[in-house]
Order: sequence, then structure tokens, then C-alpha cells
Amino acid sequence: MNRVRVRQLWFAATLLISLFLMLIPLPGPLTPFKPYWPALILLYWCLQSGDRVTLGLAFCLGVAADLFDGVLLGEQALRLTAMVFIALRFRSRLRFFPMWQQSLAVLGFLVNDRILLLLVRVFGGDPLPPAEYWISPLVGAALWPFVFLILDDLRARLRIHDA
Amino acid sequence: MALNRDDKSPLFAPGVAGTLRLIVYLALACVLMVLDHRGGWLANVRYGLSLVVEPVYRIAGLPSQGFQAATVAFADRQRLTEQNQRLREDLLLANAKLNRMASVAEQNTRLKELLDTQHSLSLNVQLARLIGVDLGTFRHRIVLNVGARDKVQPGQVVIDARGVMGQIVDVMPTTSVAMLITDPNHAIPVTIERTGLRTIAYGSRAGDLLTLPNIPVSADVQVGDKLVTSGLGGRFPPGFPVGEIRDVAQTASGTFLSAQAKPAADLDRSEDVLLLHDLAESAGPPPPAPNVGPPSDMKPDPNAPPAPTLPAVTSPTATPLPARAATAGSPAGSTP
Repeated sequence: MNRVRVRQLWFAATLLISLFLMLIPLPGPLTPFKPYWPALILLYWCLQSGDRVTLGLAFCLGVAADLFDGVLLGEQALRLTAMVFIALRFRSRLRFFPMWQQSLAVLGFLVNDRILLLLVRVFGGDPLPPAEYWISPLVGAALWPFVFLILDDLRARLRIHDA
Repeated sequence: MALNRDDKSPLFAPGVAGTLRLIVYLALACVLMVLDHRGGWLANVRYGLSLVVEPVYRIAGLPSQGFQAATVAFADRQRLTEQNQRLREDLLLANAKLNRMASVAEQNTRLKELLDTQHSLSLNVQLARLIGVDLGTFRHRIVLNVGARDKVQPGQVVIDARGVMGQIVDVMPTTSVAMLITDPNHAIPVTIERTGLRTIAYGSRAGDLLTLPNIPVSADVQVGDKLVTSGLGGRFPPGFPVGEIRDVAQTASGTFLSAQAKPAADLDRSEDVLLLHDLAESAGPPPPAPNVGPPSDMKPDPNAPPAPTLPAVTSPTATPLPARAATAGSPAGSTP
């Protein structure tokens, strides 16, 4: 009982932390290198416990992220829902990929996400973004193994500690 | 690991997420976006939810604050002393300039009073601090620590010590969001200080520059020209520095010159900014000159109440005031 509770708390806490990480600024020149944290964390949970992540959750997280960002409401909701849908569809296969292949898959997800964002912004009347716009997915994919291992390790520790 | 829970999701079947649900959620997101883009009732929802958002901003701003505090704490004494010395010199210089300016300003006010205009050199400002929050990478927005409770309104101009930074676009109870002049969706009416040429400076897509895409080919524009606000459009008061021309070139079509300018304000370094309180006077035809002629209490007034005479103190001001109020309120005043 208590163990389930702790796991749920941990789940919610990681999602919240991802939102905070999204808001915390990096020093000026590093700004384009910032990965899209909510997507990374959500992908991790998709792969690790797919029954907990649903499209509805992705949608809610996206709306919350939009509220924090203060831009178009529903933009990140759309992006995260689409990403989670694809990730859940290929979940069983993704889980057995070696780490470098998983990283490539994550790169694909993040690039797809950027393309969606580009579509939304261009439809909204914004001009095309500069070239640095495409750096962030690469950074996200490069960080993926570390995110995955760290979160996995923390999860294992929590469970051991709790049992 | 979590393998035991996986019996129901087979290896190569779609299974878990239904396409229908995806479509529903995507449609919902699209509806939200359209509603928000049209700027309807969602603004009110946002204002309500900002009660949740604001504490998050404050917390998310803590790391950068801490970083700054750490920089100050670990800065070596040498550098601080140097900085202090430099600031002292700057202050001395600024004070000297101010003293000289004070007499000029006074003279100016006197002359302006003589001319009966309402332009004033004094600034009615409010100090605000930046909150270190990242609102998306290519969004030129900043978060300030003042909001509706400090009587901030959308459209107020944000400046720093060197020039115009932007304007308030979104107000929450205790924070507000400002759009910088480098935002691609932002435009600011400017004049080139040297020649007086009026034009418009847009934010640019790449980096932290301003573009002036439509300068007439025959115009005299040089690298190093200073841009100041022109005051047209009634949003930015005239005379604030905006930027400095960096390069001028012909557009591809050859019909216009296009220039790039560097903003005068320290857009990515300022910590404290100023909010101008009084918005610019709305542009348009000037108010009609006050009647010069026989005093107004001598002519018959059809609206006057049957009371025999007005008190002598109020009567001279009683006539010009309605005329001015009527001009200021008219819709013609909103366009240059």
C-alpha cells in the first residue's frame, strides 16, 4: 500500500521537476542547447511503465506546461499527446533496443516534435526559426542514456528502500 | 524490472493507445489553440490560473538568483573594488551631467509652460526586477516581478538605463510578462536621430537585432546612426534611444533599403528595469489653441446655469478644458 503510494509520488514528482527544468533559464549562449525536459521524462515513463502514462496524462501535462510558458494554450498538449501515442505504440519494441538505438529513436521523437512545433508556429503566423532551433533534439538524444539510467537507478533505489 | 506487468501488451500489436482517443485529444488541443489565438475568454481563465503559475515562476527563478548571489559572494575583492571605483566615476559623471541638465530642464519647462504644451521631461516610473524564467527558447519575453497589484497595465513601456526594452503584454496579479523589441512580432516607430527620418523597427528572426526593412532608397542612412522613438502611434513616448544602425543594404527587390540595428538596451543583461507609468500622448491633431480674446466670462454662455456669476477663480480654466478633453478622447487620436 505504502509502496504504491511512494511510487505514485515519485512519478508525479519527476513530472513536476521536468516542468521546473523547462522554466529554469540557462546562461545566454547555452540557451539553444536546452533539451525539452517534459518530453524526455514522459518518454522514460512511457517505456518503463506504460500503463501509467496515458494520452490524457500527456495532454494534461502539456496544458500545464503551456500555462507555465504563457504561450499558445494547447501547443505542448498537442505535441506531447502525439509523442506519447507513437511511443506507446512502439513501446514493446523500444524497450528491447540497446541504448544507442533507443537514443536514435528518441532523436526521432524529438525531431518529430520540433516539426510539429514548427507547423503550429507557422500556422500561428510566426516567422521561420533560425538554424539553432534544431540543436535541441540532438542534445536531448545525447542526454537520453543518462536520463534513463539515472531515473532507473533512482527508481530501483526507492523500491529497495521501501520494501 | 517491470516485465511482470506486460502480459497484456503483445510485442507487435498496437494495443494500448486507441487511435480514436488520439484524434479526440488532438482535436481538443487544436480547439484550445484556436480559442487562445483568437484571444477570447481564455485570457480570463489564464488570469485565474496564474495564482498557481506565479509561485512556480518565483521558485523557478531561484536558481538564477542563487547563481547571481554566488557570483557576488565568490567574486574576488580586487574586481569588486575596481567595479566600485568605476561605478563611482560613472556616478560622478552622471551627476555632473545631471546638474548641467537640471538648469536646461527648468528652462525647458518654463518655455513649455509659455507655449502651453503638456510635454514634460520628468518621468513617472516604477522599478521592477527580472525573474529568471525561461519562457521558451526563441520567445523574446521576460518576466517581471510586478503585476496587477502594482497597477501595471498591458502596453506599459519597459526601459533600462540605456534605452527601450519592450512593452508589457501579459499581466498577472503579482508578475507580468514583457515582450522585447527584438521579438519578430514586435514593431516600434522610430526616427533616425541625425536626419529625422521616420520609419519602423521590427524585431528580427535571427538573433538579437532589429530590422528596418522599408527605408526609401533615397534616404540618408549611415552605419552608426542612432534610432530614437518617434512617439507616433501613441504607445512609446518620443525621445528614448532604441538602437544603433549596424549595416545598411538594398533589399532584393531594390525598392527599399533595409537596415539592421543593434538595440541600445542591454536586453540580456539588465536585472532592474523601469516601467513608464504615463503612456505616450495619443498622436493626432493638437488640441485647439485656447481662446485668446475677451475673457470667457464676458460672453453669454448658453449652458450656464441661471446663477448670476461664476466665481472668478474657476472661470478662466472652465472654457479650455472641455475642448481638450474632447480631442483627447476622440478616436481620431489613435492613428498617426
